[in-house]
Amino acid sequence: MSKRKFKYVGTRPIRPDGVEKVTGRANYGADIMLPGMLHGAIARSEHAHARIVRIDTSAAEAMDGVRAVLTGADFPDIPNQWMGDDEGGIDFGAIAQNCMARDRVLYHGHALAAVAATTTAIAQEACRRIEVEYEVLPAVMDLDTALSPDATILHPEAHVRDGQPSNIATKIVYEGGELDDAFTQADVIVEREFKTPMVHQGYIEPHGCTVRFNEDGKYTIWCSTQGAFGVQMFAAMVLGLDPNLIKCVPTEIGGGFGGKTTIYLEPVAMLLARHTGRPVRMVMTREEVFRASGPTSGGQVRVKIGAKRDGTFVAGDCEITLEAGAFRGSPAGAAAMTALSSYRFPSYRIQSYDVVVNKPKVAAYRAPGAPISNFAVESCIDELSRELEIDPIELRLQNAVEEGDRAPYGPVFKQIGLRETLEQARAHPHYSAPLGENQGRGIACGFWFNAGLQSSAIVSVNADGSAIVRTGNPDIGGSRASMAIMVAEEIGIPVERVRPMVGDTESVGYTDLTGGSRVTFATGMAVIEASQKVVLQLRERAAIIWGVEVDDVRWEDGVAYGLNAAADQDPMPLHVVAPQLRTTGGPVVASAQVSPPAAGPGFATHICDIEVDPETGRSQVVRYTTVQDAGKAVHPSYVEGQMQGGAAQGIGWALNEEYVWDEDGKVENPGFLDYRMPVASDLPMIDTVIVEVPNPIHPYGVRGVGETPIVPPLATVANAMRSATGVRFEQLPMSPPRVLAATDETGS
Amino acid sequence: MGKLHIETQINGEPAEFLCEGHQSLLEVLRDGVGLLGTKEGCTTGDCGACSVMLDGRLVPSCLVLAAETEGRTVETIEGVATGDQLHPIQQKFLEHAALQCGICTPGLIVATRALLEKNPNPTETEARYFLAGNLCRCTGYDKIIRAVLDAAAEMRGEAG
Amino acid sequence: MLESRYEAPLTVQDAVDLLSADSEARVLAGGTDLLVQLRLGRSAPSAFVDIKRIPEMSQLETDGTGLHCGAGVSAAAIFEDENVHSLWPGVAEATDLIGSTQIQGRATWTGNLCNASPAADTVPALAAVGAQVVINGPSGERTVPVESFCTAPGRTVLTTGELVTRFMIPSPAPRTADAYLRLIPRTEMDIAVVGVGVSLTLDANGVVSAARVALGAVAPTVVLADAAAAALIGSSLDDAALEAASSAASHAANPIDDKRGTVEYRKRVAGVLTKRAATIAYERAKERG
Repeated sequence: MSKRKFKYVGTRPIRPDGVEKVTGRANYGADIMLPGMLHGAIARSEHAHARIVRIDTSAAEAMDGVRAVLTGADFPDIPNQWMGDDEGGIDFGAIAQNCMARDRVLYHGHALAAVAATTTAIAQEACRRIEVEYEVLPAVMDLDTALSPDATILHPEAHVRDGQPSNIATKIVYEGGELDDAFTQADVIVEREFKTPMVHQGYIEPHGCTVRFNEDGKYTIWCSTQGAFGVQMFAAMVLGLDPNLIKCVPTEIGGGFGGKTTIYLEPVAMLLARHTGRPVRMVMTREEVFRASGPTSGGQVRVKIGAKRDGTFVAGDCEITLEAGAFRGSPAGAAAMTALSSYRFPSYRIQSYDVVVNKPKVAAYRAPGAPISNFAVESCIDELSRELEIDPIELRLQNAVEEGDRAPYGPVFKQIGLRETLEQARAHPHYSAPLGENQGRGIACGFWFNAGLQSSAIVSVNADGSAIVRTGNPDIGGSRASMAIMVAEEIGIPVERVRPMVGDTESVGYTDLTGGSRVTFATGMAVIEASQKVVLQLRERAAIIWGVEVDDVRWEDGVAYGLNAAADQDPMPLHVVAPQLRTTGGPVVASAQVSPPAAGPGFATHICDIEVDPETGRSQVVRYTTVQDAGKAVHPSYVEGQMQGGAAQGIGWALNEEYVWDEDGKVENPGFLDYRMPVASDLPMIDTVIVEVPNPIHPYGVRGVGETPIVPPLATVANAMRSATGVRFEQLPMSPPRVLAATDETGS
Repeated sequence: MGKLHIETQINGEPAEFLCEGHQSLLEVLRDGVGLLGTKEGCTTGDCGACSVMLDGRLVPSCLVLAAETEGRTVETIEGVATGDQLHPIQQKFLEHAALQCGICTPGLIVATRALLEKNPNPTETEARYFLAGNLCRCTGYDKIIRAVLDAAAEMRGEAG
Repeated sequence: MLESRYEAPLTVQDAVDLLSADSEARVLAGGTDLLVQLRLGRSAPSAFVDIKRIPEMSQLETDGTGLHCGAGVSAAAIFEDENVHSLWPGVAEATDLIGSTQIQGRATWTGNLCNASPAADTVPALAAVGAQVVINGPSGERTVPVESFCTAPGRTVLTTGELVTRFMIPSPAPRTADAYLRLIPRTEMDIAVVGVGVSLTLDANGVVSAARVALGAVAPTVVLADAAAAALIGSSLDDAALEAASSAASHAANPIDDKRGTVEYRKRVAGVLTKRAATIAYERAKERG
């Protein structure tokens, strides 16, 4: 792939939507206020597992200001049907039941009724007056309970294993080589078992939407979402409606990280709007976000790795068990696909189980599943490097996958940058800096395959020579800036002359969600292609102006050049061509659509220094470096931002974040006080090194960058703790009481 | 029970609204006065997204009763830019890419202005501790702190 | 249905009358506990009695007798006061630790005390320096030592109609200094897992002549660890004295297991922080010699 010299790609212009965001003018999911609007609230289950015997809404309905009360009986019955395969999929029946319980509640906080009223306070009070009679059932609150022989089975008809109803919803297996043989050939074997807690994406903006129902049967949904077309489809499936009746307008989104790729409030608000004939606004409280949106799985991972004395890996065996929450759908597939894929394992077996428990239905969280299996595998590799007395980076370099290697889940890697990230990490001053007292250092690698999926884009040129690019991807991390840069690059005009807009389901072509690290990659491809079509049209117009063939016109850097330069063919910049569009054929508009079959994995290596207070177990990250292959960084500041943000989430997951449950299956810490995410004083500056091994699939070499950063930190921090305390932590989070207890035990 | 009629000053302009005794300033700013720039992240004072200034002090507007603002001054994100000019803090946030989703940004900018009014030359550590009450989940805080320190330098008249 | 009134009395007597007439009315100082409980549905006062418009509630001054701090003074304002810093640095530290900058713009010693959470940060620090709480009510004014104010989690000695009007910290004796330390998992924003306030008075030879050690978050109410204090008295804070104080503090702690820490952990850390806080207080007291 040629080394193209870029003019705008790789620069750091100010993001086009920046001023709205620093002045507070940008509208997020809770900011859409319509005349006559009502406010909705949800009544939620007080038990982790129960049959709903009776719901009495009369007291709620009698309240002044209440305009509608709904329960599951008001929603259509959507049959349960898994659409997809073992590696991933969706069941709209489950989504529907998750939005509003029917005959059973499956987690504490499960929605079971909804109210629309003239104020939020009235709606919430009305919810408190809804009386529910439950038949309480035994709650299954952890994996061991779910898998025990006499476990209560959550969905006996849905999941059957070995002829018996089971809480195991899916089992995935990848295997190759001769595992048992290979282990007998190993000189050193490390086998450990790890546990990670349920954690939340922690976006600062709660879920929120405003819905209007028009008398012609059409709905308009304004909501904070990672994908308006997804909301349209999911809402249609859950309410049994023609998607054509639903318009979804994505507002700005205050963080998602995967947690806003599904729906919770929208179908409820839709029905309330239809029943009342008035717009309805619904926003989750922070407590509801923790109790009843979609955290990610807690998990258990057993890993066994065998290696030769010279460091060559010969065998890898992983058993992964993840909590799906109330319905099938943990990231057991992705956790399995990524577990061993950074290294060559001639013999391997990965078994992954998706297990239902009475907890909220999990949703995607940034590289779903991968951080969990990665934590286990990279911790074991760290132990191996100690036993073999081989430097941890050297050991990984020795076994790192390269172009041509086949991943356990099937695909053959094209050009990838794992080796390069390891080498840059090794060369980074952090890796050789001296450590202070009570400090330790750890490294780990990780990767995410990144998604392709479908995207479309529309690019048009205005009479003044500026351009507009329209896509359907909500801008979570600065993607508008990247779209503008790509149009600027192709057409050859300054980035400030390009206005990117994010459209709704009626103003742009279909686009899959913002997620999967795909926007700059896949939607970017569509933008580039559409821009190239625009350039062709511009050449055609210049040809008309000059009276020549289009092949005699060259377009470079925003200027048309005649190839057979005649006297009247002065170079024509776009602002000279643009006013003449009207007389040379009309508007210049082009669209493109892509559905790339694969994306291009992104690898990273992280380094962490941690300091531990040996008398209290309290720890502090004192230095952190991330090295990641971005393929081509379109806007380096936003690539760096992804690297730093993902690292911070991983650090929180490693040290302090966890769902805490009481004995009745109720979340004890549904707030930011006791669900402890990193604050500004918890972290140092996070050094970033962008490696660029071009992705052969993308015209600029772009790889997705958003998800890889959260994959290595759990193990990176755990390996640093091992170095600082001498203790191998097999359970997260490594909170001070756990650290002190563990260091006490080992007398470290 | 009738509503309270409150007269206050918001962003330098006289303002008045009706509210109930238990309503928070955050609620009234957003649903009463129509200033949507101040955000709700948690309503328990733990995230900083609702930060405003009350009589010159940085406070969480979710934990101030609207009624308390009678005769006092309130400053929100909408009052940070002056006329058609962004405040240096806003400009530096943009230059340093110190925002990704932007939901924490209004609260952070109000808090940063409070920090620099009190301490025009903060160290990195001082800035981090002052801003510890403003949660950000997207950035890992690195670029935010760089923007804050750069804005401080600019406001002191030094080269950025 | 929540319909709280909002009252803003201008005198202490008016506040007392409002509270006496309505036992469901609640004093609103900073609101950083009360309004959180309101939002979480744990509290529904019939009225908020905002005390911040009463002039004496914003008083903050130091005179020959010591510090006088009105009940409405915010933590931020207390922390800005030079006298608090120089005379009671431990109290200043504890005050600065109540939550974020935003919370400090609102929070008060009053609320921190009246909320009666076992984990309140200012209570051990105030107890260590012998602070007194002045209460006003239908029967007039009375004074209670800080360490006796809370009787159980969420419970205080206040009766209907009574409210806290001010705090008093007596002027420290010569060569006296305090320190406050707490353990939280992050660097900010957490409720204390353990908090320890220590005040030491030294004689001319640097020997501890008086000591108070107060432990927070390790019992239903603040614990004055007399045995830990006794272990320091007569010493120059040598290792043996520190170890004895540490172990006495661990012993005096009577914590619970909860989502923030275990019994063993809290007892251990109470001992560690006692040593460390005593060391800091000692260094400070020596500098005053």
